[in-house]
Amino acid sequence: MKINVDWDKCTGMGMCESLAPDVFEVDDDGSLILHAEEVPDGQEDEVREAVAACPTEALSLES
Amino acid sequence: MTHLVVVGASLAGLRAVEAVRGDGFDGTVTLVGAEEHLPYDRPPLSKEYLAADECPDPRYREHATFADDLDVELVLGTPASALDTSARTVTVGDRSISYDGLVIATGAHARALPGTEGLAGVHVVRTLDDAIGLRGALRDGNRKVTVVGAGFIGSEVAAVARSLDLEVTILEALDTPLVRAIGERMGRALTRLHERHGTEVRTGVAVDEVLHDDGRVRAVRLGDGTELDTDLLVVGIGAQPTTGWLEGSGLTVDDGVVADARLAAAPGVYVAGDVARWPNALFDDVLDGPMRLEHWTSAAEQGRYAARNAVDPENAKAYETVPYFWSDWYASRVQFVGVAAGDHVEVVAGDDADGGPFTALYRANDRIVGALAVDMRAEVMKYRRLIGRREGWDAALALAAERREQAAAKAAEAKAAAAETTAQDGARA
Repeated sequence: MKINVDWDKCTGMGMCESLAPDVFEVDDDGSLILHAEEVPDGQEDEVREAVAACPTEALSLES
Repeated sequence: MTHLVVVGASLAGLRAVEAVRGDGFDGTVTLVGAEEHLPYDRPPLSKEYLAADECPDPRYREHATFADDLDVELVLGTPASALDTSARTVTVGDRSISYDGLVIATGAHARALPGTEGLAGVHVVRTLDDAIGLRGALRDGNRKVTVVGAGFIGSEVAAVARSLDLEVTILEALDTPLVRAIGERMGRALTRLHERHGTEVRTGVAVDEVLHDDGRVRAVRLGDGTELDTDLLVVGIGAQPTTGWLEGSGLTVDDGVVADARLAAAPGVYVAGDVARWPNALFDDVLDGPMRLEHWTSAAEQGRYAARNAVDPENAKAYETVPYFWSDWYASRVQFVGVAAGDHVEVVAGDDADGGPFTALYRANDRIVGALAVDMRAEVMKYRRLIGRREGWDAALALAAERREQAAAKAAEAKAAAAETTAQDGARA
């Protein structure tokens, strides 16, 4: 599964990082660093939670 | 389970219906909302929605999404007026809607300042209609804005009004703003943000009377007798859970609808969002009792939990969370995770004396229970994980030390790169 970020919507709230820190990290300036393009094996649940938790609906998954 | 009724069509209600439909629930779903509007995004209403000249559409979904994709019956424009938990019916206008499972997500409404009912120039910010009204008023040639209440909503509106170059005064009854939300020292630190941007903050002042001419606000009279002229009065003195309609329902109402760990308030009845008061097990050692949050993230999550529990009560799951909220003041972002309980607050990065940037940690029961950051956007979520794992205070301080080292290394790298560029420019010159 591929992780899509709508960069216009992302404002660096960081919910994704707190739920799936191996994949998402917010930088000092609030920009999102995506550590993986694809959902890592065994982390499907965390990443799904992170996608659902985004306050600006900036994240989506593409199978 | 054949009929799920969700009362309250804001974020929690939306997430409730989306969650069960996403899981494949094939019963009937009804979503009841007091406002005419489709569910919309509330946090921007006191921030960019007021500030931007172009208004983005704050609705989460189109009509068609509810009708076609979610197969949800929308009952909008009339608030629910009664609940009968034995007959399992909700009254909406002259309609009685039967339910098998119910989610109560009626949220909260803005507290009004007594004596201002119907006065022109007096605003609260809670609903989309409130925001549309204030948005216009801030651009109508009004010069002086007085904000009553130095909480987050009042502070956000004050920041927007300043960015529109208006003269802004905040009046706060307490000696330090935001004491309950973030504690005394941090309340003072955030007040500096206002002062830095030319917003006057007067603390420990009471508003005795709102003075008006021909039905329009003119001034406020303070406790010491002084009169403060104003063109607009924005009231940000908190919100009250919307529970009036539950009178006589038999549910326990105590500043919110009291529920158990699974968000159940009665058989078949679950609560979510600003109206919900429930025991958050993650903080059972530091809080006195059940808590109520008015945050985006918990409303979204509780909506999902409450609806899933309502359609499958046998497998109902307990909800616990590390609370998170953010607030945008001027160009600054304020972020808080956890609870502001405890015996000690430590600034672990930056400096709070001038309003930041800084990060502060909260200690209770020798563990980290909260973290506040101003303009340090990379920080709070790292601590949120520690709080969620109930890590000790030492672990939090160790992470803080590690973060400081990383920041120092990054700064040294940036400095070296800058020196390199300067040297190259020098060689070219």
